[in-house]
Amino acid sequence: MKTILVDALTIAAKDIRSEFKTKQTISMMAIFAALVILVFSFAFDPTNNTVKAVIPGLVWVITVFAGILGLNRSFTSELENDCLTGLRSGPIEAASIYLGKVMANFLIVTIVQLISIPVLFILFNYRFTGSFLWFVLIIFAGTLGFIIVGTFLSALSANAKNSEMLLPVLLLPLLSPLMIAAVQATRVALENEKIENAVAWLQLMSAYDLLFFAACLLLFEFIMEGS
Amino acid sequence: MMMKIKNSGLIDRILFYILVPAFFINLYLIFIWSPVERVMGDVQKIFYFHVGTAWVAFLAFFIVGFYSVLTLIKPKMERFIYAGISAEIGVLFTTLALMTGMIWGRASWNTWWTWEPRLITTLILWFIYVAYLFVRKMEGSWEKIAKLSSVFGIIGVINVPIVFMATRWWNTKLHPVVFGEGKDQSGGGMEPEMLITMLFSIFTITILYVLLLRKGAQIEKMREVIKKAKSNIINKLAS
Repeated sequence: MKTILVDALTIAAKDIRSEFKTKQTISMMAIFAALVILVFSFAFDPTNNTVKAVIPGLVWVITVFAGILGLNRSFTSELENDCLTGLRSGPIEAASIYLGKVMANFLIVTIVQLISIPVLFILFNYRFTGSFLWFVLIIFAGTLGFIIVGTFLSALSANAKNSEMLLPVLLLPLLSPLMIAAVQATRVALENEKIENAVAWLQLMSAYDLLFFAACLLLFEFIMEGS
Repeated sequence: MMMKIKNSGLIDRILFYILVPAFFINLYLIFIWSPVERVMGDVQKIFYFHVGTAWVAFLAFFIVGFYSVLTLIKPKMERFIYAGISAEIGVLFTTLALMTGMIWGRASWNTWWTWEPRLITTLILWFIYVAYLFVRKMEGSWEKIAKLSSVFGIIGVINVPIVFMATRWWNTKLHPVVFGEGKDQSGGGMEPEMLITMLFSIFTITILYVLLLRKGAQIEKMREVIKKAKSNIINKLAS
């Protein structure tokens, strides 16, 4: 058990180091998130008062769209020089590869969120009045679920030639329950409604996270076996 | 190394001879025998097809999950084929369920589409089916695709009940709760004739599904046999 975690940390550290060397993915994701916000500002007039209603959805739209860009790279970058075969033949469990990738991707997406969500609030002139702690907790649970399923499907679709196109098609239907819960919970937290309403959604998100984490961890071996 | 096609003509024939009269009886029950609904009128007749196709849509997906688990336990061509055919039929029946539902909804709710738990679940089910078929269309050896698609099939099956729960919490407004009592809708209930007709309709459409599944699997197996024979010939000619 301990070795799995140590190996996972090693893989995560490797991914993070190679990412920070170039900062390609993070900067691309952040710019893309900003562009999505820009496009949405044309779609929904930011000076309009109804814009408050779309903010919770926008938080998740930019997370998912920008996140998919990063997830696409997560495993296809390992295909160069056959690194994936190296990982596979190394004396490590498949579970620790998965765990390491989840950690690295989660960190990268969180950094992008740290940049893009404040940008969203500023550009849409949104005054944050909700409870900050709950907001962070909801964002955490939602992003974790997104990364858990996303990393798994990224490994799956990396086997295909058209993996960039395949990943969103596979990922978005599976994310739908999580997104419903995340958007509703975020809305409750931002609009300062009764927090009990958010708790039910948070429970659903935690259940989703746990269930898919267990399933993905068990099934990841079969993906790595492939080819 | 020829794969043997099991001679299962008898079962297919029995299924076929049950299916054909059953379908005519079903049509008779639906259009002549069962009473016309008081409020909705003749439009309500589509309900029998709607429930049947929706039932098969979910059943087919369950079968995909079942064969996916079997494939992961021990990869066999036959299991892989059954999962794929079931998914293909599932897409067809999910589309039919959505379309009949839309026609019915247009007539009784005066809207083609509404964001309601069962509709969203069925729509997402459709998307998962299509994604599953995309995974199967990957290039590579069948063992690899069998593994990948089975993994996705299992994840998809886990997802469907969660989608239903999530959307149910989200809003429950329009769909009639026909059986039992809903929270805020008094359960509609049905005439016994309607119930019998509906059950018979479900039975008939399920038989149709089983027959299609078997036929589809046979065709797919023949395709594999031909593929192997072809590569054998090519090898022989080349050597």
